[in-house]
Amino acid sequence: MNNQATTVLMCGIGGQGTITAASLLASTVTEYGLQVKMSEIHGMSQRGGAVTTIVRFGEEVHSMVCDEGQADCILSFETTEALRNVSFLKKGGALLVNQESIKPQSVLTGRAQMPHNMQQRLQNYGAKLIPATELARKAGTTKCANVVLLGALASTLPFEVEVWERVIASKVPPKTVDINLQALHLGMEAARS
Amino acid sequence: MELLSGNEAVAQGAWEAGCTIGVAYPGTPSTETMEEFAKKPDVYAEWAPNEKVALEVAVGASAGGARVLSTMKHVGLNVAADPLFTAAYTGVNGGLVVMVADDPGMHSSQNEQDSRNYAHAANIPMFEPSDSQEAHDFTRDAFGLSEEFDIPFMVRGATRVSHSKSLVQVGEKTPHELVPYSKSADKWVMMPIFAKPRRRDLNERLDRLSAWADECPYNRMELRDTKVGIVCSGASYQYVREALPEASVLKLGVVWPLPAGLLAKFAAEVDSLYVIDEASDYLSLQVKASGVEVAQTPEPLPRNGELSPAAIRAAFGLQGFDHEYAPTDVPARPPALCPGCPHRLVFKELAAMRAIVTGDIGCYSLGGMPPLNGIDTILCMGGSVSMSHGFELAMAGTEHRPIVGIIGDSTFAHSGLTSLLGTAYNKGAGTICILDNRTTAMTGKQGNPCNGVTLQHRPSREMNIEALIAAMGIEDIRTVDPYDRQAVRSALKEATANTDDLSVIVFRHPCVLLTKEKPAKVCMVDGNCSACGVCITIGCPALAKNPVTGQAEIDPDLCIGCGCCEQYCKSGNITREAR
Repeated sequence: MNNQATTVLMCGIGGQGTITAASLLASTVTEYGLQVKMSEIHGMSQRGGAVTTIVRFGEEVHSMVCDEGQADCILSFETTEALRNVSFLKKGGALLVNQESIKPQSVLTGRAQMPHNMQQRLQNYGAKLIPATELARKAGTTKCANVVLLGALASTLPFEVEVWERVIASKVPPKTVDINLQALHLGMEAARS
Repeated sequence: MELLSGNEAVAQGAWEAGCTIGVAYPGTPSTETMEEFAKKPDVYAEWAPNEKVALEVAVGASAGGARVLSTMKHVGLNVAADPLFTAAYTGVNGGLVVMVADDPGMHSSQNEQDSRNYAHAANIPMFEPSDSQEAHDFTRDAFGLSEEFDIPFMVRGATRVSHSKSLVQVGEKTPHELVPYSKSADKWVMMPIFAKPRRRDLNERLDRLSAWADECPYNRMELRDTKVGIVCSGASYQYVREALPEASVLKLGVVWPLPAGLLAKFAAEVDSLYVIDEASDYLSLQVKASGVEVAQTPEPLPRNGELSPAAIRAAFGLQGFDHEYAPTDVPARPPALCPGCPHRLVFKELAAMRAIVTGDIGCYSLGGMPPLNGIDTILCMGGSVSMSHGFELAMAGTEHRPIVGIIGDSTFAHSGLTSLLGTAYNKGAGTICILDNRTTAMTGKQGNPCNGVTLQHRPSREMNIEALIAAMGIEDIRTVDPYDRQAVRSALKEATANTDDLSVIVFRHPCVLLTKEKPAKVCMVDGNCSACGVCITIGCPALAKNPVTGQAEIDPDLCIGCGCCEQYCKSGNITREAR
């Protein structure tokens, strides 16, 4: 079985910045001369629906999608989306989850319930919970929660901090560089703690 | 090397080939192709009102001597099928390339048809890239080939190629001289006297293309272990390489016409030859038709939905990866109309009236989701208007609920217009609601004839919807602010009370996504909320029902202060306040 490529699955809700985070990861990977494929679904999913973005990288990358049990890391921007996608995690893979929960409309309107005991269940799958919104606020704005989570992911990958910093500085709006770099470091620390 | 999506790579390849004109109608997953092409230097690009118009403009530009790109989604190709089939007869002057993006798995579509069937049916050669580099290379080369073989070329995208990014070696632009146009009735006037000889000429062009398919560098035999040989193309090729790395592969870059000689050669090299298809039997049937024997996989491949390496492993009886099982208690998270969507109340009021609502494509399809449940049918672009006419015909003379068609502004310009003309001309009845939000919202806020915004921001004009409808002879026309519940309700009541005639209501308010400014107001619930739950039924994502008290709660970060919920609070416990 060809499983040499590293697979990262990012999941969340339309508008949370998963695609931006995935693009920053893909750009970082290319700095190392590796092959990369990034697959995203947009369209209908932009209207508050569940979204997944997959980044695969290595010496040789074929498939742009992730099979069940194939993700070396799942980076989830929300707790229920982490549970929804947990079957994609490789045995022993890293599960990094923003500890925030966002209720889908069926729950908001009282037609369905949130899963019980989510944080404990996620921890049973080996999840590391990240207070991404809180850390993003500390960095300057809750809008950079995606970069906090990217920082958490960075701590599990073999790429140098300077390269992440260079890529982020070159890709985010100039006025937000400092905030985003701060977010990156806060995410890295949170994942290590 | 640049990290490009398949769509961006098609745009880059077209530009490098000296293509200077692009015409398209937006549709997921094809949209970004024309948006990216429009940003290139020295090109002209436009949104057409629909795909048929786009392709006809493209054929005209080709006849005029330019290299031209037309892009659309798979269902758009149905709309463009009329000019497509005859464009194979006329052929081209300047190179003409049509990029069509399929959506196996139906991430954003109403069906998962396989556009390769059109290539075969219309006799138009088709490339199918499997990554962004191929999307770039194939598109770039297609323009010259189109001129060499005097025929349009198609490039098939699909969600996993169009919307996946990989590294691309881009090149320089090769300028292309306008090919001189000369009048030639036997090439361009497709009436029987000229079309019959042109059909015979098409056969000759197809014979040359079939020979070319066997020799061209775009089809590739990869011999590894020869026990298993797989014929595949596009994203499926990547899945095969992932799932069966040792298998030999005949990787097709040209999926019509098929290389019969190469297929026979490959069949002779391998013990068993399999074909991997995705949500279709196109390739299996064509390979069998070429005369080679196709083996059955030990387990069947899925007949519908997206393929994956796991599905291919399973078809060959191989184990997947070890994994946890996804919990079953995770509530679904489908997309919803935005908080503050100006057209939410129209669905709410129609549901309250128990109207039969024929819906259409675009954001307003979301009005069919719970709790609004405001739509009975969705078929195709413009189908709301014509289907409501059909409902009226079937139920004429019976006691029936009001029949109302719902369509957005861009969809109305696309094909609702001709549908409405049909109802007006035939003196049909019913009510058509045009939900004009001044943009093509679902595909990402593209311009359209109703808002007068063009792709490259050239000066334009706005279509006057009411005047156009009046010119059709329709007399009962209303323009209503959809945020005003009472006005929405009265307009719907009055229009549907007029059961013998056709009425049109234009509900006009710009899409919330067009505003960048922070909302000035926010809705608040006071402590006296009676927990009646009525406001919750409008389905605004900013509104929630407290699971313990049942009282309404409003998320101030999502609320834009539109006041829709306030109008449904009987006890006056929701108020709109300055932020």
